[in-house]
Amino acid sequence: MTSKRPRPRKRAGRSLRTRDKVLPHVISTATVLGVIIILRAIIIQAEQWPRIKSQFFDLQVMIDVFPKVLHGFGINMAVWGVALVVIAIWALVLAIFRSLHGPWFAPLRFFSVVYIDLLRGLPSLLLVLLFGFGMPALNIPGLPKSSLFWGALAMISSYSAYAAEVYRSGMDSVHDGQRAAAKALGLNQGQTLRYAILPQAVRNVIPSLLNLAVALQKDVALLSVLGIRDAVREAQIYTARTFNYSTLIAAAALFLVATVPMARLTDYVTKRDRERRLQRTE
Amino acid sequence: MNRIEIEHLTKYYGSKLVLDDVSLNVAEHEVVCLIGASGSGKSTLLRCVNDLVEFDEGLIRIDGTSIHDPSLSAVELYKRVGIVFQAYNLFPTMTVLDNITLAPRKVHGTAKDEAEAYARELLGLFSLEEFAKSYPEQLSGGQQQRVAIVRAMATKPELLLLDEVTAALDPELIGGVLAVIKSLRDQGMTMLIVTHEMGFARDVADRVCFLDGGKIVEEAPPAKLFSNPEHPRTGQFLQRIIEAGRL
Repeated sequence: MTSKRPRPRKRAGRSLRTRDKVLPHVISTATVLGVIIILRAIIIQAEQWPRIKSQFFDLQVMIDVFPKVLHGFGINMAVWGVALVVIAIWALVLAIFRSLHGPWFAPLRFFSVVYIDLLRGLPSLLLVLLFGFGMPALNIPGLPKSSLFWGALAMISSYSAYAAEVYRSGMDSVHDGQRAAAKALGLNQGQTLRYAILPQAVRNVIPSLLNLAVALQKDVALLSVLGIRDAVREAQIYTARTFNYSTLIAAAALFLVATVPMARLTDYVTKRDRERRLQRTE
Repeated sequence: MNRIEIEHLTKYYGSKLVLDDVSLNVAEHEVVCLIGASGSGKSTLLRCVNDLVEFDEGLIRIDGTSIHDPSLSAVELYKRVGIVFQAYNLFPTMTVLDNITLAPRKVHGTAKDEAEAYARELLGLFSLEEFAKSYPEQLSGGQQQRVAIVRAMATKPELLLLDEVTAALDPELIGGVLAVIKSLRDQGMTMLIVTHEMGFARDVADRVCFLDGGKIVEEAPPAKLFSNPEHPRTGQFLQRIIEAGRL
């Protein structure tokens, strides 16, 4: 986009344009560095800093426990990956249920509305505790007893309610003319959804869905309350034994390594989506 | 034989009367243009014909069968009656070719090869063959509207409804779309057209109906209606159009 905008200083030489490009980066980098240096100075001169430093930033502790935390983090990311796929599909089903019209579909619509109201209205932590401790305790034959399974299901159920609403907003944002055109071509309700509404709706909501994916990526750490040995749990186990919190910092670093690239990807997709819309209205 | 018979059609939006006891017939191979100010009910009337808008009283028959008759399925109705919208309403996630072949393939069960061959033939007729694999957004408004006409033609309808098809187009793009409509008339297509292009209505129509306040105030061959309108409201409307430089 910016390349299309006429540059006010187009006639100036190449050197000036290069300077225009580089200068903002230099200034912003210098500013950030400056703030970091000041903060560091304030923190380091604090009276308790040496104690905090050994308790939270002990590199040797981090290295010792890293393999276990990393293994736990693998569980976090595996749950996340599976949950993403299930949520993407289940939430779409919920959104479709809610969009169906006609008396025959009233039970599906009702189910969808109640489901979304309930699961969006409860804290995820509460759901994880209820599912993770409650369902295995029921001891129903044929159902899994793993708290990992039920905890993950709680996260999936909760996030699906949000994602269903995102899909629904995408379906609502498709112009009425598209429905009229589909009807005028003789498409029935299902065909209209499949060929006309959903492809546009899904394309429109991909940035919002990615945003939810980033949120879920760190919320999977909630499963640690069930005793599942994920990254946070592994870090806590060590902390409880030694009163050294450095492992928590190691776990935090691992989450950042995963979430920051996802956030950048979301930014990129959002930007591309906006450009596509702008082009269309030109 | 009458393709469309509209009898005593009445339609309310809430408490507002938009169609007031309208009756109109369109014969086979006839081209009828509906003109009138915005809000006169002409687009609503058009959309009632293919059941996109429900009406409160009256009756619409296509080839002698009521559009609400159980023997006339929705699939059959929309196969016989094509419509083209002001905003084109092409599906943006599909190529031009997929837009055109969607209804023949998914609704009417035509084989893919056959549907695509016919689509390409129609595209060729309107000089659009190079865009078969393009997406609608890559086309100009005029090209999109011609594709929309091809899409409406793909089920070989007996009747075409055109709803202000040039109203969203830049003036230099209107000509191409109007030429396509004229060629359809020359091939004998029955058409009911809502338009603001008075010059076009005069050229293409066998009969022009002037709507005002949800009624057909006057209907006559274009030569008569445009040069010698009988009803004072028609005269006032045409006078405003002439002052605006549109006739």
